[in-house]
Amino acid sequence: MYSFWKNNQLKLSPWIFLAPGIFMFSLYVIFPIFQSISLSLYQWDGLGVKTYIGADNYIELLDDEYFYTSLKNNVIWLVLYILAVPAGLFAALFLNQTVRGIRIYKSLFFFPFVISQVVVGLVFSWFYDPSNGLLNVILENFGFSPIAILAEEDYATYGIIAAGLWPQTAYCMILYLTGLNSVDPEQIEAGRIDNARGWRMLWYVILPQLKPATFIAVVVTVIGALRSFDLISIMTAGGPWGSSRVLAYYMYEKAFSEYGFRMGYSAAIAVVLLGIMMIYIGLILYRLYRDEKGY
Amino acid sequence: MFPTPIEKTKLSTQRLYKIALPIAMIIWLLPLLAVALTSVRSGVDINSGNYWGMPTSINFFENYTAVFTDSPLGYYILNSFKITIPTVIGAIVLSSLTGFALGVYRFKLNLFVFFIFVAGNFIPYQILMVPVRDLSLALGLYNSVWGLVAFHIAFQTGFCTFFMRNFIRALPFELIEAARVEGVSEFKIFWYVVVPLMKPAMAALSVLIFTFIWNDYFWALVLTQGADAMPITAGLNSLNGQWIANQHLVSAGSIIAALPPVLMFFLMQKHFIAGLTLGAVK
Repeated sequence: MYSFWKNNQLKLSPWIFLAPGIFMFSLYVIFPIFQSISLSLYQWDGLGVKTYIGADNYIELLDDEYFYTSLKNNVIWLVLYILAVPAGLFAALFLNQTVRGIRIYKSLFFFPFVISQVVVGLVFSWFYDPSNGLLNVILENFGFSPIAILAEEDYATYGIIAAGLWPQTAYCMILYLTGLNSVDPEQIEAGRIDNARGWRMLWYVILPQLKPATFIAVVVTVIGALRSFDLISIMTAGGPWGSSRVLAYYMYEKAFSEYGFRMGYSAAIAVVLLGIMMIYIGLILYRLYRDEKGY
Repeated sequence: MFPTPIEKTKLSTQRLYKIALPIAMIIWLLPLLAVALTSVRSGVDINSGNYWGMPTSINFFENYTAVFTDSPLGYYILNSFKITIPTVIGAIVLSSLTGFALGVYRFKLNLFVFFIFVAGNFIPYQILMVPVRDLSLALGLYNSVWGLVAFHIAFQTGFCTFFMRNFIRALPFELIEAARVEGVSEFKIFWYVVVPLMKPAMAALSVLIFTFIWNDYFWALVLTQGADAMPITAGLNSLNGQWIANQHLVSAGSIIAALPPVLMFFLMQKHFIAGLTLGAVK
């Protein structure tokens, strides 16, 4: 027994170290993914018997106008949320100085990312409030009539995205600040000698060196956009009339709210969301694989 | 350094920058400053619609104590700590083990297991919603602090494994080789050689996980019901529904809810940023 251990220690050890992690991760993450995929083929109210209905949930999705609204909003989120990346870059360029007190400014700028999205959501709902919100007080001072952004079908999603951009820009800024720190000073000097200034310098010399930061910023922003749930739940609860739902919120409603207890249908929406996300996960893993092979 | 250091520019540019800096910051933090201002107003101001004029009185102590005496906010905060701290410890323990296994050993499935952890960490976690809720119900953990802890540990293990594994890969491998030559067992190598070197990674992960879990709202919504195990995020939202005419109190509650991660960030800033920007430089 002992000699068996002695001879195979190097082979067995990694699996002993991995066992608790793999057990927990399989139980709570890996298996549930497959459970959800299989659940999407059933009709189930969460308590009674599950009935196998094949692809019916997906067929129903094709005719569900709320599904298309949510999908459309997900696309809007994705497109606009990406603005956090350039915004974060410019914030980083603005703050990448060494004047007195700059560290405090950097920390304060990063602030919105540290606080909970629940607080961000509440803060922005008050900010947009049509009667007493600061935004409308300012607008009125400039002679505009107040708008109830979160109560307007056409504006609600944009209002929520603006709130989401606040912490996300801060996150991208910190990524770029770190990236800017490690830009090769010799290349900047060389660029200056070649008379590259301002935009040209940024585009041809700096940005290529910031590639790793940009990659991470895009990845976390895309994933953040597709996962968006908290702000919608806090600020509009999907309203008005379901116009600000996204897939993640819609599936929650279908499963656990007064609209729902349709677990199978909800799972089908989740599978669609996962499908969209898999494109990005695939890209990330491909890049990771390439880097690993480079070792 | 890019952009050009401000000291090397014209005097007028330098002046402009020094004025622009605080102004930009005030605009950036305006929504938050507004909440801070509301949180010290009196109920009289709020009821009469005096949100932005001179406050008739500064009710800092009244409001901030009222939040604790008139609502279960204190209880929610306690729940948040009960959820967050065990999660941090659990995720770090599990990921030290997995990170060590994937960082040190060469075996066939190494990269495959690693990719499973990374991919799992990126999935839209809504897909886990229904099965994880059922699992928690089946285990008797639904609507309990431990139900949330167990899920959070499991899910965070994905990101933490990624982090720890990359950190361990960057350690000098000769140390481990030397210990093996001396005949030190693998468990002792882990405990006496690698764990002491992992302290910076553990510190960075602790602050990050603390912030992530403290701010979690989605899982609190899915895995709890009523006040028993509800953390501050979900609690604050339900308070907001109940205290419609008491915006000054909800504002004070928001500030209190935001405080622990903010303090954590300021105290451990270096670690926090090191953790967050892992991989942002080559």
